[in-house]
Amino acid sequence: MSRANRRYLGWAALGLLTGALAVAAAGCGGGSSSSKSAAQTTTTVGPASIGKGEGALNLIEWPYYSDPSFANKFTQQTGCKIHRKDAGSSNEMVALMRAGGGGGGGQWDLVSASGDASLRLIRGGDVKPVNIKLIPSWNDFIPIFKSPAHNTINGVHYGVSLQWGPNVLLYNKTKIKPGPTSWGALYDPKYKGEITIPNNPIQIADAAFYLMHSQPDLGIKDPYELNKKQFDATVALLKKQRKLVKLYWNYDTDGRSAFANGDVSLGAIWPVDTIALQAKGVPVKEVIPSVGATGWADTWMLAKHAPHPNCAYLWMKYATTPQVEAKQALVFGETPVNPKACPFMDKIQAGSCAKYHLNEPLAYYNTIKFWKTPIPNCGNGKNDCMDYNAWQTAWTQITG
Amino acid sequence: MAELVEAGAPLRSARLRISAVLWRRPWLKLSLLLAAPVLAFAVVYLGALVSLFVSAFWQIDAFTAAVVHKWTLDNFKTLWNDHTYWRITGRTIGIAAAVTVTDAVLAFPLAYFMARLATPRLRALLFIAVLLPLWSSYLVRIYAWRTILAKDGALNWFLNGIGLPDTGLAYTNTAMWIVFSYVWLPFMVLPVYAALERIPDNYLEASQDLGAKGSRTLRSVILPLALPGIVAGSIFTFSLTLGDFITPALVGGAGSSFIGNVVHDKVGQPDIPFAAAFATVPVVVMGIYLLIARRLGAFEAV
Repeated sequence: MSRANRRYLGWAALGLLTGALAVAAAGCGGGSSSSKSAAQTTTTVGPASIGKGEGALNLIEWPYYSDPSFANKFTQQTGCKIHRKDAGSSNEMVALMRAGGGGGGGQWDLVSASGDASLRLIRGGDVKPVNIKLIPSWNDFIPIFKSPAHNTINGVHYGVSLQWGPNVLLYNKTKIKPGPTSWGALYDPKYKGEITIPNNPIQIADAAFYLMHSQPDLGIKDPYELNKKQFDATVALLKKQRKLVKLYWNYDTDGRSAFANGDVSLGAIWPVDTIALQAKGVPVKEVIPSVGATGWADTWMLAKHAPHPNCAYLWMKYATTPQVEAKQALVFGETPVNPKACPFMDKIQAGSCAKYHLNEPLAYYNTIKFWKTPIPNCGNGKNDCMDYNAWQTAWTQITG
Repeated sequence: MAELVEAGAPLRSARLRISAVLWRRPWLKLSLLLAAPVLAFAVVYLGALVSLFVSAFWQIDAFTAAVVHKWTLDNFKTLWNDHTYWRITGRTIGIAAAVTVTDAVLAFPLAYFMARLATPRLRALLFIAVLLPLWSSYLVRIYAWRTILAKDGALNWFLNGIGLPDTGLAYTNTAMWIVFSYVWLPFMVLPVYAALERIPDNYLEASQDLGAKGSRTLRSVILPLALPGIVAGSIFTFSLTLGDFITPALVGGAGSSFIGNVVHDKVGQPDIPFAAAFATVPVVVMGIYLLIARRLGAFEAV
């Protein structure tokens, strides 16, 4: 190639690069306007009735949340063919909903968001209000799941509650004697190198929940509403805990295999993992300390730009019926929000209703502090609580 | 001339004219040929990098977490001022460097044996052995290592069998170093092999004739000629480790986060601008690394 040709090529490349820059900038600009308009809250509360299904339903879900064992019947009844995208974390769910300009990008209909994601989706304008009257099972729900703070704002429902589970303290019976009875075990230097903790910023609430009872003078009322002083005390506790932690698990299956391989013998994990480990013959036992626990509760939330809203409503209606709630609870290892599912659970697996605490009195539910996204407004009118950004940054500082 | 043209000729004459134009202007021909790939490169490849770099100067709204398109250096200031990010960057570069050195040390003797000593049959077998791990998924190999290094895993079982204590390697930075060195080794062996194979036999004979012993020949003849291959391989091992986030997530323990893990978390939060700002760090590190590699002649070897 001659020198002259090289020069031409150089100019051509420069021109193209400038073009690419312009295209990129324009693309970003376009994205901004749509996400801004999405941020405005709507006051209309959904459709008056459910129309005919559109033939398809696109879900972002926790694995098994539309398990074929109960979803196939839905498809037969409604003609809505389910396309599912399994997410591995709450962050991944939010990221999927935000892709393509937000609001589900015109691709997704429903997301099975946990409490640490739901307020982010509502505030970001990614989900829209749901007409709860179209979901008859809602009237039967355990009262605290009808309009919980993580999916209902000022009486407007941004989805329908689905299932829940506590975060439990799990330990290896042969290695930890006597068994722990308090969350304090997770902060006890005695167990250095034996502990596993979820790798999730919402985990800060677990430490705050522990401090709520062990250091009452900090004045923590709600582990998700922490002012600067309370937050700093909690982060300091977690930084001390880091030295004791063997593994911050990203997926509960990672925590599970660490228990199974003997790498850890104490940790915070979910009931589904206890069941799986016990089924494999690993000598583990779970406890929920008498003060209670943090827990997660999931919501089917309707994407702002849902392409198949009728199928989405049909699914919310179907998924909350007692039979389906019972099936899903036992497939995943969690607890329904509809107490009418109890007899159906016992029919599938004797004693499972009690095992998953579905028959507990209301007082029991008050000991579970359900995940919700931390926001600056903690109800005292001062807006002095630490928001989710601060939680995420602190979590990186603790674990990184 | 017009009367000589047959029926259907307008088409042919047009074709002739175009080819004449192209023949007279070679640069036009070249730019037409290259337009498609260059455009794809500029838009898809550089476009992604540019949009990454641009969004690094934006911020998110604290309330809605929507991206605010206002120019600010805040993300970079946070990166600079918070020692967490220095620690994570240091760990990422440190382990990438350790993995690169380990792979170079392991790959050189193996590649030398393959290139210069092994019989063709043995060489073919060794090639298969080096490449075999690449036939299986990267994830499968990481999970396999997790099983090996686990407390009740194969390594400790073996050590206990010969009367040695447990290693306690599971979920540590050492575990990451071992797994990274394993998964990227083939990417070092192949370029080093190619460099060693190209050394003419008579160079080595000349060295001997001049009275050099084996070690002197290695130091003064073989190593300098193999260096471009080693540097080329190191670009693979270094950059692949630098950008990884799966191995730290699966075999790392408390305090094993890489830059990639933080970027992944921030994208999910979602705080894309901060993720973009942190993602520029490996780009800069790699840029510096490639400049050094060019000095060492890595690009003449490939």
